[in-house]
Parts: sequence; C-alpha cells; structure tokens
Amino acid sequence: MCLGVPGQVTELFEDNGVRMGVVDFGGIRRTCCFEYEPEVVEGDWVVIHVGFAISAVNEEEAARSYALLAEMGNLENVDLEQDPEGVSPEAMPT
Amino acid sequence: MRFLDEYRDDRIALALLDEIRETVTRPWTMMEICGGQTHTLIRQGIDQVLPAEITLVHGPGCPVCVTPRALIDRAIAIAGHPGAIVCSFGDMLRVPGSSGDLLQARAAGGDVRVVYSPLDALEVARRNPDNTVVFFAVGFETTAPANGMAVKQAKRMGVQNFALLVAHVLVPPAIAAILTSPGNLVQGFLAPGHVCAIEGWRGYEEIASGFHVPIVVTGFEPVDLLEGIAMLVRLLEADNPVVENQYVRAVTRDGNIPARRVVNEVFEVTDRAWRGIGVLPASGLRLRESYAAHDAERIFPWTEDVGADESDACMAADVLRGRALPTSCPAFGVECTTEHPLGAPMVSAEGACAAYLLAGRTREVVEA
Repeated sequence: MCLGVPGQVTELFEDNGVRMGVVDFGGIRRTCCFEYEPEVVEGDWVVIHVGFAISAVNEEEAARSYALLAEMGNLENVDLEQDPEGVSPEAMPT
Repeated sequence: MRFLDEYRDDRIALALLDEIRETVTRPWTMMEICGGQTHTLIRQGIDQVLPAEITLVHGPGCPVCVTPRALIDRAIAIAGHPGAIVCSFGDMLRVPGSSGDLLQARAAGGDVRVVYSPLDALEVARRNPDNTVVFFAVGFETTAPANGMAVKQAKRMGVQNFALLVAHVLVPPAIAAILTSPGNLVQGFLAPGHVCAIEGWRGYEEIASGFHVPIVVTGFEPVDLLEGIAMLVRLLEADNPVVENQYVRAVTRDGNIPARRVVNEVFEVTDRAWRGIGVLPASGLRLRESYAAHDAERIFPWTEDVGADESDACMAADVLRGRALPTSCPAFGVECTTEHPLGAPMVSAEGACAAYLLAGRTREVVEA
C-alpha cells in the first residue's frame, strides 16, 4: 500500500494551478503531482506514491551510503550512473 | 533500474548477513510495521536465513487489511446508491465486508472504478458532474497527502460532486498499542520508510525514549531490510533506544513539510477502529469541518448503520500485534486462505498471513 517507486523527472508543468510533471520509470512514463516536491528540477530522481512525488532522492546520501555497502560486499567497478534497461513488473506502481 | 537494482545485490546481502551474525549475542524479537516490508522479507526468505537469535514478527502495517468491515460495508452501500460512483485503489476491491466486497457490488450493478491516484478520481468527478464520486481514502501517513490534495483541489476548483470516504490510520498509535499490550514480545522496530518520508522521525524519537525501544527507519529492498536489521541489532545489543535512519536516500528527520501542511489543513486526528485490533484512540484521520461538503460520511449519513464489525474468527489479533506468526494459527492455509480470508492479515496480499501463504509457507504442527 505504501509502495513508493523511484523514477526520474523528465518534464515539469502546471495544470489547473497544480505543479505536475512526467516521471520515467525505466522506460514507462507517468504524469505525477509535484506539489509536495517544489524544489525538484528535470533530471532529478523522486519517489512516487499513488501518483505523487513524496520524496526527492538524495543522490549524495545514496552514493555515500551505497559506497559503504559496496565496500562491505567487495563489489568492484560500481557504476551508479548506469541505468540498466527494463523494469521488473513488481517494481512498477500499482 | 537505478535506486532499485543495486539494493537487490546478493553479494551485499550476504555481507550484511555476516555482519548480523557477528553482532548478535542473544535472542531479540523485532517487528517491521509495513506490509510491503513484510512481503519482501517473507518472499525473499530473509527471516529464514537470519541467525536463530533473531525473531521477526510482523506488524499491522497493511491499511487495506485493517480497514474495518463496517467501513467497507458503507462503501458497498454507497456503490449501490443511484448516481454514485465509488473509486478505489485496486487492492480494496476484493476485501470482504460483512457481506460481500466492492467487486461483487460492481457485479451487482454498482459503479465501482479502480484508480491509480486520487487525482484520477477527481478527474472522474469532473467528467461526471451529475454523479457523486466517492473516493475510498484508505492508507497510512504516506497516502494522506495525496488524498488531501485531491479534496483540496476539489474544493478550490468547485468540484462539488467529489467526496472522500476516509479510512486513514496512523502508525505511531499502533506502535504504542503493541508496546502496551499484554504479552508484548517486540523489543525493536523497523519503521516504515515511506511513512517517514512524509512524517519524518521526530515522533518516533518520543516512542524510542518513552518505551525504551530502538527504531530504525528502513527502506523496502532486500539490502535495505538487511541493513536495517543489522543497525537494529547493533542498537539492541548496545541497549541504545534511539532512532536511526537506514533509508537516507529518501527520508529526512522532518519529513516532507509541504505534504504535512496539507494533511493538517484537510484532516484532523480522530479515534479509529482497526480491523482485528479494535478502536485505538487518536489513531486515524478524518476530514475537518471545513471539508464537510466533501465528506462521504455526511453526504450518505444513512450508511452509518449498514455494517457490522464482528471480530475475526482466528488469531488475527495476535498476528497483528506480533504475538504470533501466521503459521502458528490453526486456520492458516486451511479454513483461511487468500480466496476466503478469515482474518485481517489475510485479506490483502500485503497482509502478513497472505505474505506467508503466497510464499508457500505451511502451518506449524504443534505436537500435543
């Protein structure tokens, strides 16, 4: 129920006085409401819940905390910029 | 996909498991609140690979499950009213009220529509000005801002035929109810990441210090959950009842302030009945007086007495409070299945009992 899916903002616009935008979820795009994330700009990553951006993904924090995890898992050549194609069905918003 | 795939890496998961094994020295019982987290933990078998010292019990964090029968009965009654359109998230449609569900109401001729977002329900209202469109506003703190925005927009744009049937519940009162219930076993919590994305975790600091329980705000992927468990074990072993945040990429201490502002403008805190648990004081939201014109309970007052709220005929109350695992219940997988649920945690796929059943778990046979 509280499912939140990360996606990348591709477009922002206003509709009836409400800040809206388009979010790309690994190739699938949806229109979402951005009233609660007034600061985000195109290219940012956000967490979407029932068509609303509820959180802007903090990429610095994500990279910092993930670097620790990657080190722990002995991962080499970690490339956070890579964006693999496709999206698994369970990752999509319901 | 970015911010999902890297948190499903089994090499990191195994390293975190090693860390948990090295840290734990004695038995601990911990609870995740959120049904989405329960589902990942059970589907991935994380509970089965943790050291034997750690017992995971599952909380009441499935708002679909804990929505009282009486409220579902009201939604069904509204759906049967001429000219009414009931919009709902898809997972509410199969949840049984005291006699039938919304899907059956649709089969019987009611206009019941599934929407992805409450703003879609508002659009249905704009396109059908002669109908009263009721959105079944179910959810925790995560969903309240979305539902609040829909009704705020309706009021601002003069869409008078849009209403909410509000069933919102709040997480902290449920945690307090679990911690004060007789026979409580829970010693630490994984707090739901997306609830905290809205609310932040200041409220959880009061719970942590007041009840002397550590709490870790945790994300939803397997690596998130294992890291959250590792952090919680460290806090438990150190007897350090504070709040820590695992889900740093999405949650801040103050949460989402514009979202909280709209929730506070539209809703007020009220007592609410939880299916399988009963009435918890100050555990839910209702529309404020200024939104009375958009309140389905006031528009359809005759629906107040249509339902009955009998208790579940199984161990649902114990499962929801973390006093029993789904597989301990004699009805699990026998009389009680996802097709014919007896108790709240089986009614939605995110409920703890449904998560166990869908993962192929079987009932524990207790020898006499």
